[in-house]
Amino acid sequence: MGAYELSLLTLIGINVLLALSLNLITGFCGQISLGHAAFYGVGAYTAAMLTKAGIGFAPALVAGAAGAALLGLIVGIASLRVRADFLAITTMGVGFLFLGVVRQQEWLGGELGISQISESGLGETGFLLLVLGLAAGVFAISLYIKRSWMGFAFDSIADDEDTARTVGIDVARYKLVAFALGTAIAGVAGGLYAHYARIIVPDAFGFTVSISILAMVVVGGIGSTVGVLIAAVLLTLMPELFRFINDYKLLLYGGLLLLTMRFSPAGLAGLARLGWTAGRKAERRPA
Amino acid sequence: MLYLDLTLQGLIQGSMYALIAVGLTLVYGLLRILHVAHAGLFTLGAYIAVTVTNAAGSLLLAALVAVPLVGLAGMAIYRLLYEPILHRPPFVALIASIGLFICMEEGFRLVFGPYGNSFDLSPVEGSVQLGALSLQTVEAATIVAAFGLLGALAVFAGRTRIGVAWRATVTDPEMAQSFGIDTVKVRYLNFFIGSALAAVAGVLVALLNNFVEPTMGSVPSYKMLAIIVLGGLGNVKGTLVASLALGVMESFGTIYAGHIMDRDAIAFLFLVAVLMVRPQGLFGKA
Repeated sequence: MGAYELSLLTLIGINVLLALSLNLITGFCGQISLGHAAFYGVGAYTAAMLTKAGIGFAPALVAGAAGAALLGLIVGIASLRVRADFLAITTMGVGFLFLGVVRQQEWLGGELGISQISESGLGETGFLLLVLGLAAGVFAISLYIKRSWMGFAFDSIADDEDTARTVGIDVARYKLVAFALGTAIAGVAGGLYAHYARIIVPDAFGFTVSISILAMVVVGGIGSTVGVLIAAVLLTLMPELFRFINDYKLLLYGGLLLLTMRFSPAGLAGLARLGWTAGRKAERRPA
Repeated sequence: MLYLDLTLQGLIQGSMYALIAVGLTLVYGLLRILHVAHAGLFTLGAYIAVTVTNAAGSLLLAALVAVPLVGLAGMAIYRLLYEPILHRPPFVALIASIGLFICMEEGFRLVFGPYGNSFDLSPVEGSVQLGALSLQTVEAATIVAAFGLLGALAVFAGRTRIGVAWRATVTDPEMAQSFGIDTVKVRYLNFFIGSALAAVAGVLVALLNNFVEPTMGSVPSYKMLAIIVLGGLGNVKGTLVASLALGVMESFGTIYAGHIMDRDAIAFLFLVAVLMVRPQGLFGKA
């Protein structure tokens, strides 16, 4: 495998992690977040600062996850107070706030960010395997959660919070769990990204990134683990495979968001389900 | 003196915010949609103003073209995008709107180029003296336009039959319909007026900076959301107060808190702080 393929696969793995982590919050638990890149950024900055200070790669990753989860919990607490549209705006606000603060911090490199981040020490192939392993792990955990009691609780909260509360589900606790879990994974993705790119700038965690992650979740089908995985891979690959798209990457993401919401709000997963039922009906029809 | 100057600059910025935010809060009041693409219409207004002025040499003509055209574009967005998804959960329209906004920005970049455009000849120059304060003519015009137009809107909504129908539809769409009000027409009117106001703001910003660029709507689009939340979604008076307050706060904040966070983060800090204490916004009903 060439250096380019290695690098591309690593990027795909990181994006899959990001998309699946947002899917836990927005897809499973129904809490819309427009600021997911902030948690990604907290993980990246924390891990980068720590390895630069001489701490090992693994503890730095964990610390990045913890840092992101801490901020995630705070936003989770906010989600207990504000709902739906208000929550969307609050999370977006958190994203801008993160960016606005980081940009002005000398010790975080300001606009220029952090460069010359140390290597993970795993080699390129080892690093790729770590990223893919983590992505596969999160994929498996997502599938497991969906079928577990917690998954049902998430579902009910996404469907109708008040009814969920009426039937005795501890809505607050499950929301916090969803936020902590999702943002911790985003933090890991951030730590990985910092040691993959080895340079981070504030803009790598801006609003457009939040929207790109959201696009993966939405295009795949909100809440569908397999759909989100496929969409994350496709949306990362498309600008790379078709160079001419790269210039219009944002247009592609924006257009996909627009068209998906307008014509198939359940995303690819919804289309697949539609195709599946149509196929079944055609089979049953007498020849 | 510094305080007065800062306050005045804040009010100028704030009245700009008000012109854009009113359309947004009207749309939310009527349809419960967070219409992010609204700021795309603001940018469209600015581009039309610069393009027409440069081609025809008349700013007045440019404004007369830009404002109704952008109003119509707003109606088209309602018809083609929002109407078919009104029955979906609210986040569907929100995400669709964000998608549209990104497409609009990219569209401006493709059509007008990424580096921005300016007027060939600066159409408005000179300044106005207000006691010891000196204002550029454009700055004064911004404040006058914002207060004039929003005042006219208040009279229109309060005193005319159409205005009454409009307010009735916002308060209770079904009841309004059963009294014979054509609520669909009200929605079109709503989008037309809101978008036209955004276009006015676009023309004014183009004049203020003598510069338009594809991404000039980005910061306003999200900041406007903060403002309409602070104003209590759908509450026009609250939105006005929140716009002006934020404008003034930002102009002071950049001086006194600029080393901690940038200008745009101040709005969101205020937003997040307020929402934690009053989840319904500063002026929203509980």
